[in-house]
Amino acid sequence: MTATMSPEQAQPVAVESTGRRSSALRPGKSRVLTGVMVLYVIYTLIPLVWLVISATKTQTDLLSTAGLAPGHSFALFSNIKETLTYRDGIFLRWFANTLLYVVVGAGGATLLSTAAGYGLAKYRFPGRRAVFAVVLGAIAIPPTALAVPTFLMFSNMGLTNTVWAIIVPSLVSPFGLYLMWVYAEEAVPQELLEAARIDGAGEFRIFWTVSLRLLAPGVVTVLLFALVSTWNNYFLPLIMLSKPNLYPLTVGLTQWSNQAHGAGAHPVYNLVVTGSLLTIVPLIVVFFLLQRFWQSGLSAGSVKQ
Amino acid sequence: MSSAVQAVSHRRWWSNRDLRGWSFVAPFLAVFALVFLAPIGYAIYLSLYREQAFFGGKTFVGFGNYTDVFSDGKFWEGAVRVLLFLAVQVPIMLGLALAAALAIDSGRLRAPRVFRLVIFLPYAVPGVVAVLMWGYLYGTSFGLAADINHLLGTALQPLSGRWVLTSIVNIVTWEFVGYNMLIFYSALRTVPEDLYEAAALDGAGALRTVFSIKIPALRGAIVIATIFSIIGSFQLFNEPNILRNLVPNVINTNYTPNMYAYNLSFGGQQYNYSATVAIVMGVLTAIIAYVVQLRGSRDAL
Repeated sequence: MTATMSPEQAQPVAVESTGRRSSALRPGKSRVLTGVMVLYVIYTLIPLVWLVISATKTQTDLLSTAGLAPGHSFALFSNIKETLTYRDGIFLRWFANTLLYVVVGAGGATLLSTAAGYGLAKYRFPGRRAVFAVVLGAIAIPPTALAVPTFLMFSNMGLTNTVWAIIVPSLVSPFGLYLMWVYAEEAVPQELLEAARIDGAGEFRIFWTVSLRLLAPGVVTVLLFALVSTWNNYFLPLIMLSKPNLYPLTVGLTQWSNQAHGAGAHPVYNLVVTGSLLTIVPLIVVFFLLQRFWQSGLSAGSVKQ
Repeated sequence: MSSAVQAVSHRRWWSNRDLRGWSFVAPFLAVFALVFLAPIGYAIYLSLYREQAFFGGKTFVGFGNYTDVFSDGKFWEGAVRVLLFLAVQVPIMLGLALAAALAIDSGRLRAPRVFRLVIFLPYAVPGVVAVLMWGYLYGTSFGLAADINHLLGTALQPLSGRWVLTSIVNIVTWEFVGYNMLIFYSALRTVPEDLYEAAALDGAGALRTVFSIKIPALRGAIVIATIFSIIGSFQLFNEPNILRNLVPNVINTNYTPNMYAYNLSFGGQQYNYSATVAIVMGVLTAIIAYVVQLRGSRDAL
């Protein structure tokens, strides 16, 4: 990418940004603009509101009452209970699987891309340019194009139908590496590393005790994006796993949804709806709690393009 | 191991410490080689062979599978469909994202933080759940489409052959406007304050500021967002594949190239041909992404 502005210009505003505009430049509030944006917000919220309302309905009400109107009875708690206990509590199993894939997969991906991004940003070693070219090229490769060959390879290695089939591919995030690289260039001053070296600290100790602290906002950002992509992962587990007790939530939910069709159809719409709601909530909570981080990290990533 | 030897022989050019950089990068590269490079290599290998139907074993066919893909109507049907999807969906999505980012950045909205959060919200919704939700909403027996038809006497059929691609455009747009909005918004926050002050001194109005300062400052972010969106469009799989369960007669197994590759492998056991389709799609995607990047960079100079 070409640099449209120099880092010196961009750096200071990247992190602290709110309230920087002087009042002279601050125009009055526009009702028209706010109104138009409210319309867009309504569009954004309709499916989610529908989901919340529908999770309070029994299956009969779901099929017979209007989508955005309440049902005849408030069945949220019985729906949740039924979702969690249906088929010996397989939903909880899927939930635990998802947590495992997310913690190990996204956690590992963050660790690997943080170390690698830092290494690329702060050391001038031979082959650095080659790494850059290969990883940037990898961003352009659609992961799903790799999925089928990866499946065949893993199948030969006996890895399909194991948790490793999901965890190992999740460990690599070229985009995370790119983000950390850009972030580390600016967040860790070279002088600080030199000072630590003069004090006699080894390179790994410097990384763990000095640099990692400075990289923290970028690390949280990469972790959040890795978290979303592993939590939402569907294609990979769909092809890698055929045992329902290894499924993550996404694949499990579609399986429940598919029960409504075909021979021997046994629809469980209320469980699909409630299960979907339970799948969304944790991620939304995490995003709300960690807003500060993903927003500042993203700014740093957008500085250099 | 060998890095120590290297370090000695290259001491003149690289200090020992710089070579330590490799040890930070090596773990990433090892996994990267396993899940990126090896499958690419394996796919290329597979694409050069063909399974023998009757005798078992495989024969080398060179580029035979590739010439088959290029003359395969089923492949092109899906490829043309994702191109059409891309041409319509990407501008709509990025246009909405840009408008939202500019509106939130303009300082003329009440409660801009609320708008930013709510518009970003769908990104945290798993794609699968988004499709299940919209799938229900599109339903004409129950769901919102049914309610609207009932209320207004219309005959909306979002999942009919005519409308299903539009319905998919809507789902993908709903999911990703917020993510792109955030990329644009973050880039806008890095525009130096003095530029706005200078523009105000020159008497530039709000619109003038948008077109002369903000949009040029966003060029890099727009190029990046376009590339990611193109890659995403070419990969279109989740949405049609899940909706297919609702309307198996409308969405066929080669609706998108990705679905085609998937169904060739898992429905037809045609692994070699499936790998070829995957490679061709990967190369096409990379070429288009590269062209967009070149154009974007050239315009920026």
